[in-house]
Amino acid sequence: MQVEMNHMEYMPDMDVIESDIMDRVQKKMKAYDYNCYTKEDVIRILNKEQMSIEDFAVLLSPAAEGFLENTAHKAQLETKKHFGNAVSMFTPLYIANYCENHCVYCGFNCQNKIKRGKLSMDEIETELQTIASTGLQDILLLTGESRKHSDVEYIGEAVKIAAKYFSTVGIEIYPLNVKEYAYLRECGADFVSVYQETYHTDKYEKVHLSGHKRSYPYRFYSQERAILGGMRGVAFGALLGLGDFRKDAFAAGLHAYYVQQKYPHAEISFSLPRLRPYINNSKANPNDVHEAQLLQVMLAYRLFMPFAGITISTRERAGFRDHVIGMCATRISAGVKVGVGGHEEEKKGDEQFEIADPRSVKQVHEAILNRGLQPVYTDYIRV
Amino acid sequence: MSDKLVIGGHEFQSRFILGSGKFSLEMTDKVIKNGGVEMATLAIRRANAGGEENILDYMPKGITLLPNTSGARTAKEALRIARLARELGCGDFVKVEVIRDSKYLMPDNYETIKATELMAKEGFIVMPYMYPDLNVARELVDAGAAAVMPLGAPIGSNKGLMTKEFIKMLVEEIDLPIIVDAGIGRPSQACEAMEMGVDAVMANTAIATANDVGLMAQAFKKAIEAGREAYLAGLGRVLNFKAEASSPLTGFLED
Repeated sequence: MQVEMNHMEYMPDMDVIESDIMDRVQKKMKAYDYNCYTKEDVIRILNKEQMSIEDFAVLLSPAAEGFLENTAHKAQLETKKHFGNAVSMFTPLYIANYCENHCVYCGFNCQNKIKRGKLSMDEIETELQTIASTGLQDILLLTGESRKHSDVEYIGEAVKIAAKYFSTVGIEIYPLNVKEYAYLRECGADFVSVYQETYHTDKYEKVHLSGHKRSYPYRFYSQERAILGGMRGVAFGALLGLGDFRKDAFAAGLHAYYVQQKYPHAEISFSLPRLRPYINNSKANPNDVHEAQLLQVMLAYRLFMPFAGITISTRERAGFRDHVIGMCATRISAGVKVGVGGHEEEKKGDEQFEIADPRSVKQVHEAILNRGLQPVYTDYIRV
Repeated sequence: MSDKLVIGGHEFQSRFILGSGKFSLEMTDKVIKNGGVEMATLAIRRANAGGEENILDYMPKGITLLPNTSGARTAKEALRIARLARELGCGDFVKVEVIRDSKYLMPDNYETIKATELMAKEGFIVMPYMYPDLNVARELVDAGAAAVMPLGAPIGSNKGLMTKEFIKMLVEEIDLPIIVDAGIGRPSQACEAMEMGVDAVMANTAIATANDVGLMAQAFKKAIEAGREAYLAGLGRVLNFKAEASSPLTGFLED
């Protein structure tokens, strides 16, 4: 049997940048004892105007779970202050689902027998045209993590086409080196999402059995490399339900906090994916992260970093999504397909996970209006 | 009585400038009417010409548009956005916003001066948003600004005139309209700014997040007018008993 690499090392050709953020996050996360906080701690910090790192720790504690209503009111005020009524809309487009990683929780993992495929440039153009015709101006391009089947040039060409139709182009692909991010930025991408999945290094090793994703530090420093490559904004998140979600949520928040401090110009956002069932694993579930816990994490992010964007995933049901926009979430996906293509072209590859909110752009638009909020299609200019 | 606000040769009756980024668009018309607003900002990054929920479609005819360069991190980027605004038919006014800080959204005064100079050269009527620093304000005058827009408090904070003393210096020394932008959370704060001689007030969050948006717009209108009138009237002499010395200090002088 092949011996897999040490997950705390880099593979050849992976950029190593100068940063101490990983060590700082690790240290704080290890020291985080969420059971040590009391009701009194929660009440005290809910009266504060600005949340420190220590306060953020309290907000994520079991003690704070009993104060969701108060926290939600406070979060809503912050969201209004910073974002007013605006709720941004976007959709993802999966252009390929080949993957070279073996991640035990993911439907795209290389051991999972699903239909694989990738879109040709013509197909990408047709899909993008179809999506653009719904009025959307913000697109997120996704691939599985395969440098072999979906190399940087392929993604770059797709980005160039996307930039013709959309004012905002984001990418959620495998982690890249600084130069590669710079290349995709030149092609027209401005936002990068990379999720650490779990910040707990031992757990990380156990669920990332093989592939380049096994390197924890390379993934951890993706956002910094993206910013160094000229990207305007970066998204952070942990896959909730995979490990100890309180620690993971805490670490993701700190990760974002330190990156913003080091690169004050970078736009920061969070996503909060929960584990979902996928093909050949219909039982996958987010374990102890129920809706209440998910909301608790979202509210904690809002109060800790009131200026940060928070995206609400189609992994969640419509009723949940419609209530968190304006309260803490600021960005919502609509008209979502998580298979490869499938908007106009016939689906060329299977889905990454099951979605819970299949509503169209128009339906989500109406839902936003019904909440007394303002759907925003474009909030970015490529300059 | 003719008391007009003049910016770049254009005259305005209203001294209430509306920020538009945080509203539900369908409220725009009502807020503008109730507030007697003649000039409203709009973020070019939000303009969605020909698309869904385009803010330009909601702006009533006759309103003077003040496009802002929100999203720009450098003077050059701001200039590109200003040019785009012109192409979109937004006119020659432009509010310079150069921000390189995603947390506090503090304007970058240095890049703002550079942007002002670049835009003024291209014939824009340039209204820079700035952190109130007298030296910077003087440089903005030299760079060709048509007005200066100091912040009262961090944007969206509704904290009022936290920078009051520094804005007073601008009112005193700068021979351009001074417009307080950002931080004004309630009509009384807008009134206070006008009383001290500021030429106009811009507000957005305070109105957009009110329970009754239309009524709040009206309240701001009245407060701004009241403050202006108080300024023009000259604030009354405030009796200060302590200053009334019991024995004259200058009685020794010969006639």
